[in-house]
Amino acid sequence: MLSIRGLHAGVEGKEILRGIDLEVRAGEVHAVMGPNGSGKSTLAQVLAGHPAFAVTQGEVTYEGRNLLEMPPEERAREGLFLAFQYPVEIPGVANAQFLKAAVNEVRTHRGLEEFDAMEFLDLLKAKLALVEMDPSFMSRAVNEGFSGGEKKRNEILQMALLEPRLAILDETDSGLDIDALRIVAGGINRLRRPDNAIILVTHYQRMLDYITPDRVHVLSGGRIVKSGGKALALTLEAKGYDWLEEKVEVSAEASAKVSK
Amino acid sequence: MSRTTQKIEEIAQRAYPYGFVTAIESESTPPGLSEDIVRLISAKKNEPQFMLDWRLRAYRHWMTLERAAAEPRWANITYAPIDYQKIVYYSAPKQKVAASLDEVDPEILRTFEKLGVPLEEQKRLTGVAVDAVFDSVSVGTTFKEKLAELGIIFCSFSEAVQEHPELVERYLGSVVPHTDNFFAALNSAVFSDGSFCYVPKGVRCPMELSTYFRINTAGSGQFERTLIVADEGSSVSYLEGCTAPMRDENQLHAAVVELIALEGAQIKYSTIQNWYAGDREGKGGIFNFVTKRGKCAGARSRISWTQVETGSAITWKYPSVILQGDESVGEFYSVALTNNHQQADTGTKMLHIGKRTRSTIVSKGISTGHGNNTYRGLVKVLPRAVGARNYTQCDSMLLGSRCGAHTFPYIEVGNSSSVVEHEASTRKISEEQLFYCKQRGLSGENAISMIVNGFCKEVFKNLPMEFAVEATRLLSVSLEGSVG
Repeated sequence: MLSIRGLHAGVEGKEILRGIDLEVRAGEVHAVMGPNGSGKSTLAQVLAGHPAFAVTQGEVTYEGRNLLEMPPEERAREGLFLAFQYPVEIPGVANAQFLKAAVNEVRTHRGLEEFDAMEFLDLLKAKLALVEMDPSFMSRAVNEGFSGGEKKRNEILQMALLEPRLAILDETDSGLDIDALRIVAGGINRLRRPDNAIILVTHYQRMLDYITPDRVHVLSGGRIVKSGGKALALTLEAKGYDWLEEKVEVSAEASAKVSK
Repeated sequence: MSRTTQKIEEIAQRAYPYGFVTAIESESTPPGLSEDIVRLISAKKNEPQFMLDWRLRAYRHWMTLERAAAEPRWANITYAPIDYQKIVYYSAPKQKVAASLDEVDPEILRTFEKLGVPLEEQKRLTGVAVDAVFDSVSVGTTFKEKLAELGIIFCSFSEAVQEHPELVERYLGSVVPHTDNFFAALNSAVFSDGSFCYVPKGVRCPMELSTYFRINTAGSGQFERTLIVADEGSSVSYLEGCTAPMRDENQLHAAVVELIALEGAQIKYSTIQNWYAGDREGKGGIFNFVTKRGKCAGARSRISWTQVETGSAITWKYPSVILQGDESVGEFYSVALTNNHQQADTGTKMLHIGKRTRSTIVSKGISTGHGNNTYRGLVKVLPRAVGARNYTQCDSMLLGSRCGAHTFPYIEVGNSSSVVEHEASTRKISEEQLFYCKQRGLSGENAISMIVNGFCKEVFKNLPMEFAVEATRLLSVSLEGSVG
């Protein structure tokens, strides 16, 4: 579904990603972990097409297409979803109105008929239950005055509505208390399907107590320095990221070879 | 940001769908203004003596202002001097005043139909009575009989002068006297028509009243006058729409609107102003120099102005409220969008005279292209207006990097028991907001349109339903071709 090869990217001339390789297949959940500043969020933003980041090298293929050539809205309509680490506020725009517009853009792109207000409302009600959100959120402006946890739940609600093929969740667990984490993780689990994939970007292991990943990757200095199964996350939890420091050198050489 | 900015500035390529000219014969006075022209206009309208005297007083006053070069120059707008002797002050479709809509020139009916204001009986929007003003005269008023059953008078100004001279004489100039300002004086001398409305005691007007203004003839100015009187305990909601053909010359529109709310009465006045704004280089367009003012004459009365200003080359307009009655309420909700080389200097005046009077001002300015947008407002609390309250919120949004937003709030408070609040903000649409919308599949255009409409929401929610839909659509059209 997603194939990243030798990806280099940065912002304002500063290189942050220094050769990322990653394969994600349908039905898989990948966790991307790493210390602060390792490039986790940059990877998420680059995949979604944030204009502030420039790709300097490498290829990204999504569903057989060159992802890097697609404008961000097309990536979204083709089923790539980013749950933002910091969801953006849009004053004056009702959440329901925003969500309906988004859902209908995606439906139109897929050759489906747009939902009318009543149809959308039915869909919305079902999905609200999934993230245990109060319907009153729908008449409030997008993310305005939402608590951190409410914003994150709102992101997962959008994911539920848009039914992406590839969802990238950027630190969706950060700032959540234990109850909110359980709800959000539960929502994500229920959205797992054999034909979609999820990339979980996270600093902590605790999210993975609820969502079992197929693969865990550790990012450091803009490269993936170690990949493994679920057990790797537990090792990281026990030993911290310092444990990987000596491995970085080795891996750096390895990825340098790949990018050639 | 630069890419976003560049794309946003493609907004300037908007098209104006109402720029057509209707080919009908019209009868016009020769260009120029003199006492004879004023007399001629009055005679054409078969006016009683008090009207002619009133016009002549206004004309003489205007002449002293003209000689003293007293045209207002304090606004944050620039334009070449207007040659008042080149303007045609009276232009009317040649056909005689129609006794009923069936007799109105079909060409004119088609014009209003094209503008989305169908006048024919069967096609009328239910619940909206329309007075259609074509150049200098009212060509038709709908639902008159139905309103008359409730005692509501809704007709053209000319008709009111003939049928209800006592009401006209009593209220005309009582809120905006002919000495008020340069353009009000000019209007008072030469105004040719407009709408008149009187709602009797205790009557709630059951439908929206609406005037649609259309400038057609080249070289003519439009000087209409609207007078609305809501008697004790009555209420009325009034809508005003305007368009004009696309022409290379600037055309002057100097209207006066007076509202009078007696004890416990409510008047809600909504405007969607979409006069021709000029082309991309700033050539042509309407000079919209308008004086609008309401007087809350009685206790607990309420006057509310809502305006959406998207057209005109220049807008100079300050719908205001004189809060004379105790506990009366004044409101001003405004969205002004300036694009290309449009200039707007608009705002309001809230004059607190009565005790515990309250006013609210919400102004949203959007500038794009080379547009220049100024909010200018005065909140004045007289010493006797104890316990007065004002809340003002002025927000500006800039799209692109060559436009401007300015705010000039004036506050004068004459006692220590009043509370005046002022909040202001200036913002750009952030890259993050746009990216967030796009990541959810919205096109850049739809994203901008949605964000701008959200920005204006506090104003739009005060518009009657159909107007709110129209305003949202109009903003979207104005922002077309923005971001790819």
